Amino acid sequence: MIDLPAPNPATLAARERIVAGLRALLPESGVIAEALRLKPYEADGLSAYRQVPLAVVLPETTEQVASVLRFCHENGVRVVPRGAGTSLSGGALPLADAVVVGLMRMNRILAIDYADRLAVVEPGVTNIGITEAVRGAGFFYAPDPSSQLACMIGGNVNMNSGGAHCLKYGVTANNLLGLKIVTIDGEIIEIGGAHLDAAGYDWLGILTGSEGQLAIVTEVTVRILRGPEGARAMLVAFRGNEIAGACVDAIITSGIIPVALEFMDRPAIHACEAFAHAGYPLDAEAMLIIEVEGSIAEQDDLLARIGAICRRFDPISLRISQSAEESAAIWKGRKGAFGAIGRISPDYLCMDGTIPTGRLPEVLRRIGEMSESYGLKVANIFHAGDGNLHPLIMFDANDPESFHRAEAFGADILKLCVEVGGCLTGEHGVGVEKRDLMTVQFNSVELDQQRRIKTAFDPDWLLNTAKVFPLTAALAPAVPHAA
Amino acid sequence: MQTNFTPEQLRDPEIAVANQILRTCVHCGFCTATCPTFVLLGDELDSPRGRIYLIKDMLESGRPASEEVVRHVDRCLSCLACMTTCPSGVDYMHLVDHARAHIEETYRRPWHDRALRALLARVLPRPRLFRAALIAARLARPLRFLLAGKGVLARRLAAMLAMAPARLPAPSPIERPRAHPAAGPRRQRVALLAGCAQQVLDPEINAATIRLLTRLGVEVVVAKGAGCCGALTHHMGKHDDAMEAARANIAAWSHEIEAGGLDAVIINASGCGTTVKDYGFMFRGEPEPWRARAARIAAIALDISEFLTRIGYRPTREPPGLTLAYHAACSLQHGQQITGEPKALLRAAGFTVAEPAEGHLCCGSAGTYNLMQPDIATRLRTRKLANIVATGADLIAAGNIGCLTQLASDTLPVVHTVQLLDWMAGGPEPAAVTKARAPRLAH
Repeated sequence: MIDLPAPNPATLAARERIVAGLRALLPESGVIAEALRLKPYEADGLSAYRQVPLAVVLPETTEQVASVLRFCHENGVRVVPRGAGTSLSGGALPLADAVVVGLMRMNRILAIDYADRLAVVEPGVTNIGITEAVRGAGFFYAPDPSSQLACMIGGNVNMNSGGAHCLKYGVTANNLLGLKIVTIDGEIIEIGGAHLDAAGYDWLGILTGSEGQLAIVTEVTVRILRGPEGARAMLVAFRGNEIAGACVDAIITSGIIPVALEFMDRPAIHACEAFAHAGYPLDAEAMLIIEVEGSIAEQDDLLARIGAICRRFDPISLRISQSAEESAAIWKGRKGAFGAIGRISPDYLCMDGTIPTGRLPEVLRRIGEMSESYGLKVANIFHAGDGNLHPLIMFDANDPESFHRAEAFGADILKLCVEVGGCLTGEHGVGVEKRDLMTVQFNSVELDQQRRIKTAFDPDWLLNTAKVFPLTAALAPAVPHAA
Repeated sequence: MQTNFTPEQLRDPEIAVANQILRTCVHCGFCTATCPTFVLLGDELDSPRGRIYLIKDMLESGRPASEEVVRHVDRCLSCLACMTTCPSGVDYMHLVDHARAHIEETYRRPWHDRALRALLARVLPRPRLFRAALIAARLARPLRFLLAGKGVLARRLAAMLAMAPARLPAPSPIERPRAHPAAGPRRQRVALLAGCAQQVLDPEINAATIRLLTRLGVEVVVAKGAGCCGALTHHMGKHDDAMEAARANIAAWSHEIEAGGLDAVIINASGCGTTVKDYGFMFRGEPEPWRARAARIAAIALDISEFLTRIGYRPTREPPGLTLAYHAACSLQHGQQITGEPKALLRAAGFTVAEPAEGHLCCGSAGTYNLMQPDIATRLRTRKLANIVATGADLIAAGNIGCLTQLASDTLPVVHTVQLLDWMAGGPEPAAVTKARAPRLAH
């Protein structure tokens, strides 16, 4: 179980005064402070970790966010930002002495500009909500996390979210033009805007993926793109995980970049088929979803070339989607994959590491071996083209011992990712889940440099503390100056 | 998701079922995105995931329901959009049913809340009483100014007065128990759920159903002793009342099965259909022969659109050149997962079918919800009508009386799917169509 810091007794003692102060800043329904109503806010998408917060506030405007942050700053109260609460790394896990700032009510689309190809939205707009707003004009917003139906753009910015189609279009950071942020002392700052590349240092780059530790995002300007002429998905079934992994490497090595290249193993195929009825190959050990886009001729050419590569790996079957409905069902299964695991296991931990694609076969084999030695089942569903792994470790939360084994198994997988030249997190963020593994990736000098960035924005370490850095380092605001 | 029931609690079969449901939830949060109340209110507590958490906590603790839990569970429309969305297959419907029954047993509502719920539970399922009440409501309308207050009671009463139609159709003899013989050789024999509130608000729906089915060679039985399906009281957590209503239907239809056989029980109000199809679950703990009877009835219950798809439908008139906005009732699209059939039938009948944006969102009707939660219901209605109007359709078609009442406005006429299908197959032109055509004829 993850350690959470001891709450600040002074904050807990001042609870009533803090809640009264917050009530003065927000409409009545915007402050939640009753124990019973706080409980559902104790967890996000990583429900194995739970902590009831001091209070929850639901601001509706940037100014309200600023007033709340100013108040918390003046009173030394910690703040945990929250969007849809779909984080798989515990990014929105509360602290006992923290105020959760929920951005769900800020869900307006403020402007759409097709000529300049951008949309300005509030942080509580869902990822798919942006695409839905511009679809009629033939546009879309490219990064598509599997939780895109529910996850919110503010969270996407803070975790630098990816998705199946990021192989071609890049992740959140590559599709962002501007941000409006509120700093911990309540200052409202605008960065970038309706043009490429914000002025000065790459502030967008620093803020994207900062996991709610530097500021709260209250407006996002995203790049919208004109949709392709068409797209088609192909399902290829294989006799083994390693074979499918080798095929992924062969496709990428050939120089072809499909718009999406997704991997699912046997348990994942079965769970998702039960949900999506997409006609997944139930006899396969592993399956790739490969999507190409462009004109019909372009699609045909790419599918033929990719098909020829796949045939070198003795596939069981190879099926090309024949209709938009068929493609929709194929993607419904993939995007609902994590939830669908709920059909075969009461609980899971979803890992998120990246590796060089050339190491896929080896890493998949070693994950299989670990699964046996830990005695826990694992389902592999991931963005293969990007080498972004998502092993889902299945356990039973009503059995604490199995949870501890799952945690240890997960840590071993992530250490393996670093060992083969990869990284602890691809798109879910470090959050609380991978916090203590940061020392596997970074030495203390490197960690201190990153902590100085945090300190520059948030000197008292009030914003989303106890995450990203190992707990011992995550709470001490005083970082020595670089020598 | 982890649960914390004691072994003793789990010996209660109801808790065991709730535990199984809770264990399926992985807390992924997908359900929040398609929940109408979360979309409007932006609070986890008004989302399915938040309610599941509140219910879990209430049941684990064994405590009576608290005011906070009641507030948020009451705001649930039971539209079941969350179940369509849920990748894990969480059975939210039975969990929230359980919670409502627990609330009804353990929570004492304010006097006006109790009185209103008792009144609705008594009046709505009884056509004669309901009819009298609607007439009274119409007469009381001029006194609306007395309800200018902002209290919840005043707003609810105002919503009830607003809901009462200005013109009430004359009572129809069509629902009297009898068998309507098939025209020509009999292909099938079915029982029609004649229902309760629908026959008062719009008797043409049953009349059109019977006309269309008999014309297609189906004998339609309105069984003696059958009445309200039990959904109205069931959704208020009034378990015993709901079981009594369901039992009466099961008895009546089982009698018909024994007397002459039934190929199906046809339901043309999808809110009722969801409940009749759930009779098997509702009676799972009842002694035989009720358990088996209930399961058998549930197994042959079909929405009219499913049945027509099964036996085949063909129009006899030329396409009318009308564009319909098809409003998917939640009980059809989420409760029964029927999405394609009504649209395919309407297209086959010769209509152009437009599908409004946000089709997955509830219109706010949701049984008695629009009376109990008028503020949220009105916001959902406004949003729904705006999406429908944006399609540029001539009129609205839907398969549930609740939605038809909720969406009635001066903007676009509303009509039941089956009336349009009946018209195109030789039946009379529905009044809504005449109304939709009127402005165009005037030009």
